Amino acid sequence: MPTQTILITLIALLIFSYFIGHKRSIAVSSLDKGRRNLHSRPHYYGYMVAIWAGIPALLILMLWSAFNSSIVTSLTVSGLPETIQAESKDTLGLIINEVKNLAVSGQIAEETDAVKRDAAYHYQRLQSISTLAKTVVVFVAALLGMLFAWRLINPELRARNKVETVVRWSMIVCASIAILTTVGIVFSVLFESIRFFESVPPSDFLFGTKWSPQTSIRTDQVGSSGSFGAIPLFVGTLLISAIALIIAVPLGLMSAIYLSEYSSRRVRSFAKPTLEILAGIPTVVYGFFAALTVAPFLRDLGESVGLSVASESALAAGVVMGIMIIPFVSSLSDDVISAVPQAMRDGSYGMGATKSETIRQVVIPAALPGIVGGVLLAASRAIGETMIVVMAAGLSAKLTVNPLEAVTTVTVQIVTLLTGDQEFDSPKTLAAFALGLGLFVITLLLNFVALHIIRKYREQYE
Amino acid sequence: MTDVINTMPGMPRAVPLESETPKPAVDAITGEKHRSEFDVEINGTVGKPLVDNAKMSSRNCDVFYGDKQAIFGVDLDIGNNEIIAMIGPSGCGKSTFLRVLNRMNDTISICRVTGEHTLDGEDIYGKKTDPVLLRARVGMVFQKPNPFPKSIYDNVAYGARLHGLASNRSELDDLVEASLIKAGLFKEVKDDLQKPGTGLSGGQQQRLCIARAIAVDPEVILMDEPTSALDPIATATIEELMDELRSNYTIAIVTHSMQQAARVSQRTAYFHMGKLVEVNDTDKVFTNPEHQLTENYITGRFG
Repeated sequence: MPTQTILITLIALLIFSYFIGHKRSIAVSSLDKGRRNLHSRPHYYGYMVAIWAGIPALLILMLWSAFNSSIVTSLTVSGLPETIQAESKDTLGLIINEVKNLAVSGQIAEETDAVKRDAAYHYQRLQSISTLAKTVVVFVAALLGMLFAWRLINPELRARNKVETVVRWSMIVCASIAILTTVGIVFSVLFESIRFFESVPPSDFLFGTKWSPQTSIRTDQVGSSGSFGAIPLFVGTLLISAIALIIAVPLGLMSAIYLSEYSSRRVRSFAKPTLEILAGIPTVVYGFFAALTVAPFLRDLGESVGLSVASESALAAGVVMGIMIIPFVSSLSDDVISAVPQAMRDGSYGMGATKSETIRQVVIPAALPGIVGGVLLAASRAIGETMIVVMAAGLSAKLTVNPLEAVTTVTVQIVTLLTGDQEFDSPKTLAAFALGLGLFVITLLLNFVALHIIRKYREQYE
Repeated sequence: MTDVINTMPGMPRAVPLESETPKPAVDAITGEKHRSEFDVEINGTVGKPLVDNAKMSSRNCDVFYGDKQAIFGVDLDIGNNEIIAMIGPSGCGKSTFLRVLNRMNDTISICRVTGEHTLDGEDIYGKKTDPVLLRARVGMVFQKPNPFPKSIYDNVAYGARLHGLASNRSELDDLVEASLIKAGLFKEVKDDLQKPGTGLSGGQQQRLCIARAIAVDPEVILMDEPTSALDPIATATIEELMDELRSNYTIAIVTHSMQQAARVSQRTAYFHMGKLVEVNDTDKVFTNPEHQLTENYITGRFG
């Protein structure tokens, strides 16, 4: 039976076990003093039987599927003649692949090489044995589990507690999957970065001021030794993020204050979702808005006052990115400002403070941790943003803090390094991982600072 | 099963007390006919709602929340340097009336106040009156202590800074110290003035709020159940404090505790269903109330 069929049958079996568990618990209790005597409600007994039937069987199915192919392969290899087994690892792998393809395509009889033909038959036979054994073992486990749990049922059995334990563990498993994925990503970036630093010294990367990642493919090529100074990229990133924050923080904070303190309920119910739509616009749309509308506008504006503005400038990208992150600032700030207790405001009004004095001196300080959290979240978002910068800020890694010039950022360089043809062991490609690591460390620090600030100043009011 | 519930202490009774002990239709002593506590008519206010030396006075006060009327035609004077207590069952409008006196109801958009209200003869709802300046003259202490998330010093200095009451740092220091001393808190916090006000105990927080209100040098202090969130010891401290404050300030206090009203106030006003039922000297209200509703309330028949 193929795995899908086993799964479907197993699910049917689980439903069946639920019902017999449910029924059994009622039957057992009515022999005694009736249903009130049962420790748990009948459906918990049903769940318990289903869990006993399901979990061991599913575990066996998973493990079997995980190890099946390697075991069958190694058995096939050991069935091959000794001369072939003595071949190098790569050749052996090729042969095994051919054998597998033969077995899957079902055209074994047409194969001329007798050794491969035999091996293919052998492989096929092993596979069918394995599938059959898997089916039998899984169902026997399910039935045994079901029977075992069914026989356990008596009025004193604490089925609810057992079911809840299983639920708790399944939640722990879900949480750890998310955490382990994160850890896995971090480690893969870390190891690739270490490989990069084997060919480029970390000091060159961290303190170099020239970024030109072209390396020569042939040794006799001229002029492309490659230099990996990441300073211009990080400066570009910080420049654009700073412009974005200079735009987003005042606009976002002011709109949050207006929405939470001044606006009528009707305006608020309409304006807040509208602002939040800004966060839902795809960044690529912002990107061409920046490149096609804002950048030319800034260039023309600059020309009219006698400034030379590059047609791809940090300013254009920063301004549009600032618009993009306004909702992060405004929405979070609005929430925390609304959460400041009315008693605070009353206290201030009661002493003859005006509305603006109350907002500046009581409401904003009380909401500050949340506001800072929102701003730092927006900053992380700005630092990690790619699309707008690719389109509007250019690709030239120039070390400058002039917002009117074209700059490039870490994320943009990662994109250019990893798109198109590439070789995975050249420093050029590996540099992307090092840049990613740098970016990751920066956003991690920002998040850490944000959490720290929030925790330190939280609960100052209740 | 119902019997079990009915006799269990602390459980709400399924049957009201009154029906178990029916009252005689005619009172044995006064010979007056009894009616249910709730449908006694309120025709104007009995007692002495008006005084000669009024600090604040209200005439024909109506308050509406949207379409719902919360206060019906209240006339009341608050005398100079007296403590007036406002009592009554929940929802009777006593807190609402208190908030009329410093226009705190302005912060509620659906609330509408009519009638004439004066402070030292000036119309406090007049076009010329700035509610902000009014609230500097009529301070308020709230039910739940609400210190700002600032240091103790900054909490007390808050109002003084707003209104520019101190011209330099040392004047401000003196003002903060004087206010804390008046509120009876200085001894406990004099070494911790830079610590957050929210770290104090509930009773200390409430005295901090009183110090904060005093620091603005108001003429009237409104207290909205200032001790309802406090334990008896902290309550006693604040009641003593109120007695000391009376020589300099006029105080109006809303309270649910009749003992508190009896202990601290000179006059007591009894509110019922948005109407002012009876105002009189506190002794008189608690020993010999004129109105049937007042008597029912202070003897604990309802409320």
